[in-house]
Amino acid sequence: MTTASSVSRGRSGWGSTAVAVLLVAVMLFPVYWMLNVSLQPGGGGAVASPWLPLHPDVSGYAKALRDQGPHLLTSLVVSLGSVVVSLVLATPAAYALAQFRLRFTDAFLLGILVSQMVPGIVVANALYGVYSDLGLLNSLPGLVLADSSTGIPFAVLVLRAFMATVPGEVVEAARVDGAGELRTFWSVVVPMSRNALVTAGLFTFLFTWSDFLFALTLTTTDDVRPVTLGLYQYIGSYVQDWSAVMATAVLASLPAVVLLLVAQKYVAAGATAGALK
Amino acid sequence: MLPLARRPRRRTGGRVQHLGRALFVAPAALYMLAFYGYPLVKNLVMGFQEYTTRTFFTGEAPWVGLANYEQVMGSPIFGRSLVNTLLFTAGSILGQFTIGLALAVFFRRTFPGAGVLRSLLLMPWLIPLIVSGAVWKWILDQDNGALNRMLRATQLTDARPGWLTSTTLALAAVVMVNIWIGIPFNATILFGGLQDIPDELYEAAALDGATGWRAFRYVTWPLLRPVVNVVLVLGVVYTLKVLDIILGLTKGGPANATQTLATQAYQLSFVEFDFGQGAATGNLLILVSLLFAVLYLRLSRQREQG
Repeated sequence: MTTASSVSRGRSGWGSTAVAVLLVAVMLFPVYWMLNVSLQPGGGGAVASPWLPLHPDVSGYAKALRDQGPHLLTSLVVSLGSVVVSLVLATPAAYALAQFRLRFTDAFLLGILVSQMVPGIVVANALYGVYSDLGLLNSLPGLVLADSSTGIPFAVLVLRAFMATVPGEVVEAARVDGAGELRTFWSVVVPMSRNALVTAGLFTFLFTWSDFLFALTLTTTDDVRPVTLGLYQYIGSYVQDWSAVMATAVLASLPAVVLLLVAQKYVAAGATAGALK
Repeated sequence: MLPLARRPRRRTGGRVQHLGRALFVAPAALYMLAFYGYPLVKNLVMGFQEYTTRTFFTGEAPWVGLANYEQVMGSPIFGRSLVNTLLFTAGSILGQFTIGLALAVFFRRTFPGAGVLRSLLLMPWLIPLIVSGAVWKWILDQDNGALNRMLRATQLTDARPGWLTSTTLALAAVVMVNIWIGIPFNATILFGGLQDIPDELYEAAALDGATGWRAFRYVTWPLLRPVVNVVLVLGVVYTLKVLDIILGLTKGGPANATQTLATQAYQLSFVEFDFGQGAATGNLLILVSLLFAVLYLRLSRQREQG
């Protein structure tokens, strides 16, 4: 068996590790550069950033927090809001699509497939008019609702894939015990789906946190401005201070880093679901 | 692909029950209709209307027939945007896929630290696109960017290419950044596909003398084909819509060198406030996407049969 796997999988050893470390180092150079520049004293495009942060300077972070602090808070609120909206809408739908045989299951799944092809700019183009009429431009609910358009289809797919594995007998048993549809769903299926809910929630958070398009098109003032848009404004004209830009970039990357470090198994699950998406 | 067989459970018949169960799906279905269905239809309509900022005050959007399409497609920028869209998509997919596949094959080896290193590779995919845009903008800076400083350090060239400021280089530079962003997705999904290929097949192939490249050619590739199809077509559909990274790096410039249908639709609607022409451009982008979707459906049908 060991021989077989060494034939098919290549020889295991530190040589491969060295190559892999090199590959990862090349791939992650931009991430290193972001960290490095964020720790340098501020400077515009005329100043070449030193290669190493030998004399770390946090003034970039101070400026970033001063300028972008409120935007980071907005991003956090919108992202959390979008997680709530997405899970509240997607969870019951995923349950019904997985466990019941409904007439329009196929239509709904086809709709999700089609939605993946619709460019965000097309959605924004149509929403702008409605949002203007309804007073949803420059509002938190407006942004939360629009941003959920990535999270909801994704969450439905992730949760449905998981809930399809919940044995029908478990659901039947709850019903035999006298639980209604709603109770069966809430007290049996939802607790069983905890891991899938965490995966769907984490990715929805990340999608919304990364949203740039809806922030760009559906907000026109500084009232509701997520950090992605704040960063865009930083780099939109001549950059005065790359260190503050990179400090903002680091802060805006924190959710992704936390996800990688803390919730690795959920990331793997989400990435696989992303392929079905 | 979709479960087409409808087998109503006998125990659960009944109109009322079906209605009650449909209520579980109703909120999500309504949401999808409002945030995908409505925009699709609305854009089709807007494409035939003179829809500008005035529309928001007067509520009037006069019908103009095909005028928006004529203007959009007649403008010299359109040809450029269409070609750029196709080049951007083809270049990105080619790069992401080949490098992603190479990494996936490499990571099939078992070696110390493989798991940690593999998940570190996900970073470029997980950080917000606009963050990647900002970082690369500084790396690709003509005067003091890290890339040009490295190039000079190699002593091979004195040139300082204006990666984002030269009309001949900007599209290639934007493609390069987008490749960097897409590699993790391709590598991860292809890695998953590779893991599903049973070891026994490689053992049998090895007995027949097929190892290395020949094993890849005659075992890995044919069995990976279904996954490859999915990755490629999803990649195309997603790449066609890309907007963040181009706006962050070049805003479609210099001189429209990186303008695509997506950035052009944004430009028309939200910079020039001609929502009718923006809608027309968006619809043309969907049309391009649809052509690929037909391909996707045909591929997945083949996959089911094969």
